[in-house]
Amino acid sequence: MKLELREITKRFGALVANDHINLVVQPGEIHALLGENGAGKSTLMNVLYGLYQADEGQILLDDVAQKFSGPGDAMASGIGMVHQHFMLIPVFTVAENVMLGHEETSFGGRLDLAAARAMVREISARFGFDVDPDALVEDLPVGVQQRVEIIKALSRDAKVLVFDEPTAVLTPQETDELIVIMRQLKEAGTSIVFITHKLREVREVADRITVIRLGKVVGEAEPTATNAELASLMVGRAVELTVDKAPAAPGPAALTVDGLSVVDPRGQIVVNNVSFEVRAGEILAIAGVQGNGQTELTEALLGLQERVTGRIELDGKPLTGLSVRRVLDAGVGFVPEDRTEDGLVATFTISENLMLDRSIGEPFVKAGTLQLATLAEFAEQKVTEFDVRAQGITTPVGRLSGGNQQKVVLARELSRDLRLFVAAQPTRGLDVGSIEFVHTRIVQTRDAGTPVIVVSTELDEVVALADRIAVMYRGEIVGIVPGNTPRDILGLMMAGEHHPEAQVSA
Amino acid sequence: MSDQLPVRGQAADEALLATKERPPADEPRSSAFLRDLIGGSAAISVFAVLLALVVGGVLIAITNEDVQEAAGYFFSRPADTFRAIWDAVSGAYVALFQGSVYNFRRPGFADGIRPLTETLNFATPLIAAGLGVALAFRVGLFNIGGRGQMLIAAACAGWVGFSLELPYGIHLIVAVIAGILGGAIWGGVVGVLKARTGAHEVIVTIMLNFVALYLVSYFLRTPVLQNPSSNNPQSPPISDTAVFPDLLGAGYNLHAGFIFVIAATIFVWYLLERSSTGFQFRAVGANPNAARVAGINVKRVYVYAMLFSGGLVGLAGTAQVLGTITTGFGSGIDAGIGFDAITVALLGRSRPWGVFFAGILFGAFKAGGFSMQAAEGIPIDIVLVVQSLIVLFIAAPPLVRSIFRLPTPGATRTPRASKKAATS
Repeated sequence: MKLELREITKRFGALVANDHINLVVQPGEIHALLGENGAGKSTLMNVLYGLYQADEGQILLDDVAQKFSGPGDAMASGIGMVHQHFMLIPVFTVAENVMLGHEETSFGGRLDLAAARAMVREISARFGFDVDPDALVEDLPVGVQQRVEIIKALSRDAKVLVFDEPTAVLTPQETDELIVIMRQLKEAGTSIVFITHKLREVREVADRITVIRLGKVVGEAEPTATNAELASLMVGRAVELTVDKAPAAPGPAALTVDGLSVVDPRGQIVVNNVSFEVRAGEILAIAGVQGNGQTELTEALLGLQERVTGRIELDGKPLTGLSVRRVLDAGVGFVPEDRTEDGLVATFTISENLMLDRSIGEPFVKAGTLQLATLAEFAEQKVTEFDVRAQGITTPVGRLSGGNQQKVVLARELSRDLRLFVAAQPTRGLDVGSIEFVHTRIVQTRDAGTPVIVVSTELDEVVALADRIAVMYRGEIVGIVPGNTPRDILGLMMAGEHHPEAQVSA
Repeated sequence: MSDQLPVRGQAADEALLATKERPPADEPRSSAFLRDLIGGSAAISVFAVLLALVVGGVLIAITNEDVQEAAGYFFSRPADTFRAIWDAVSGAYVALFQGSVYNFRRPGFADGIRPLTETLNFATPLIAAGLGVALAFRVGLFNIGGRGQMLIAAACAGWVGFSLELPYGIHLIVAVIAGILGGAIWGGVVGVLKARTGAHEVIVTIMLNFVALYLVSYFLRTPVLQNPSSNNPQSPPISDTAVFPDLLGAGYNLHAGFIFVIAATIFVWYLLERSSTGFQFRAVGANPNAARVAGINVKRVYVYAMLFSGGLVGLAGTAQVLGTITTGFGSGIDAGIGFDAITVALLGRSRPWGVFFAGILFGAFKAGGFSMQAAEGIPIDIVLVVQSLIVLFIAAPPLVRSIFRLPTPGATRTPRASKKAATS
């Protein structure tokens, strides 16, 4: 089926999220929609899927204008969507999830589960998916859950499939498998819209590439275009993609973690017997696919996890069992992975957020009273030093962009005397300029002789920053390897394979 | 670093956030709702009051007998109906004003201003309890236990007031402290239970209301609280040494409790806006996760917040027994103020001075309601309906916003800010 979007415009108040966008997807074509976060890709697809109504423009399927007032209409017309965050019910089986929304019933209103099972088996067989229709979705690995989403769309005779950032949650190996699946679907005549900001995948799988920036189509490219060409189209300027850093000059081990295990509230072991050291003046990157225990590991270091066993020592003093307050006082700086949820109070001003973890004692509190003048002076200084772009220090941080919010967090954490710096997903969702800034500050912190732990699921960030890399898989450290380890080996380790080099250099 | 570009257009993103703002998925809905209530603008409160008065006017007109009669021949003489409506509604609201602010019909300023002092008198416990509820709101807690905290406070202050013999001044101070402590302990229990066991404060405070009610009722039938010269479940009168002195002489009911309430308002303002403790309170209220990560002991904050909240509500109970009803109290001494306080706190958007003026407004409704009933024969229920409508309109900010075409909070981002980010 041929999909055509003609002059689509979508406004939110004063903002034009989509500005006269034209897009043609030929039958059996994989069309990549490339753009930064917030460029308007998702808005465009939500218009296509009937979730938003376009202010101007038309959607045509096989040259027939369509009117979608909701996802139901879009689905009925043959458009399927594989969402970035899966729209599956974890406690339902695969077959139940697939039939959800268009349940077939037999006599007396009984659900016709047999038909749904047969459907799942048939589609699985056609594309070589290994999906058991009776498995509970919550028991399936992420990659397989995504296939369930694909089956769901195909079971409704989708002729146009939209993949919204499908690789964000996948390991490199699962990504490769997904690419194979996309090619198969293409062979079967399905048109595919592939939304992403990862250049490698685009060049590997796309037939044509449309680049969107600030709500406008800024160019089309062939898959043969270089990374640099695509990147400059996306951000509108040449991009410095490497981090300038001198070789590390590591000192003695500062942080020692020995046999650390964490049990989550549901009784699952989420960090299993993890041991490592971080030396003064080096960056240890913790790599791994999201959800393999990295979050819990950093929380355990901070004293945020309840059920922790093992030993954590910083400069010879134990951190285990201390309250968060005491851990911070011991000189640990922490950038949480979810800055809006754990790092900032959105309704607080910039200055209030800058004193969030120093709400007791000097310099911001004397005799139980806030020292607003001292705080304002400090905030002005930090806003300048960290180039936080805001109207003033009294602006609520909820109004800042992600990059500026992260700068506020960094400014707060780096302005204390640190003995250890832990940054979890420090550049998630940031623009290129802010990423450069954050990386530079992290390297500066290392160069000042502070041991640094960077947790990241972005392999590129890991490779760019790390002096050594620890790879986590299912709560365990698969291995600790040097910073210059090739990506394919890291990819294998992220999928759980032990690597022979790992033990040697650990 | 060449394959992936996790980048985002600042301007577009910033503005997109404005249109798609939603609470994080794992946040309990109630706390997002609470934040919405507290975060509402002053305009919402003002318009909610106006809207409630308008709807109240409609109700007054509909229930008025003259209007009903005139409406019977509406099509032959419609002017009669409109005149009847005008007479009914204006008469009612003039009576409300005269009963609560200034009565022109009385000779002289000293008599004319008496309704205002009545208003302040009614407002005294409302403000104190409203401050308590508002303080809890700011920490993200729903203190529905005003009734229980007031009853315990009243019992403590009252017991000190009638059973101890202390000199002037000291007796009053001791009684006030006893009352505040009583309320603080009754509230603090809730904080401890929440911090230790995770029990939800709404359920605990509601249940403790019953515990307090029956506990105080029981003691009112035993020599501990019961007046020995009576069979009624009522306490003896408060000793003169423990009674709040009249502020404006014997001719007026306004008592020194109002001074305490002004002091309490200033105290709460200082606590929330200028103290380290209040900073932690607000941080926990706005984002408990971030507060915890920043080393703030969230559980301890819950305990302290409920102590302060209960103490302030306790001041309301104290003002009732030492100021309003000094002839001995029964188990109805709270007079529903513990619940009205929730409305007052909402209307005042949980800001100390907002609560102060909301309390005075509600005091005016109480004082004026009686005169409305006396002068115009309008059932006092209408005033209660107006109060309830205010709550309804405040609890539904989108409704008020759409009626008055107010901008949605969050969408008020200036285009200038985005442009600046775009060009940077």
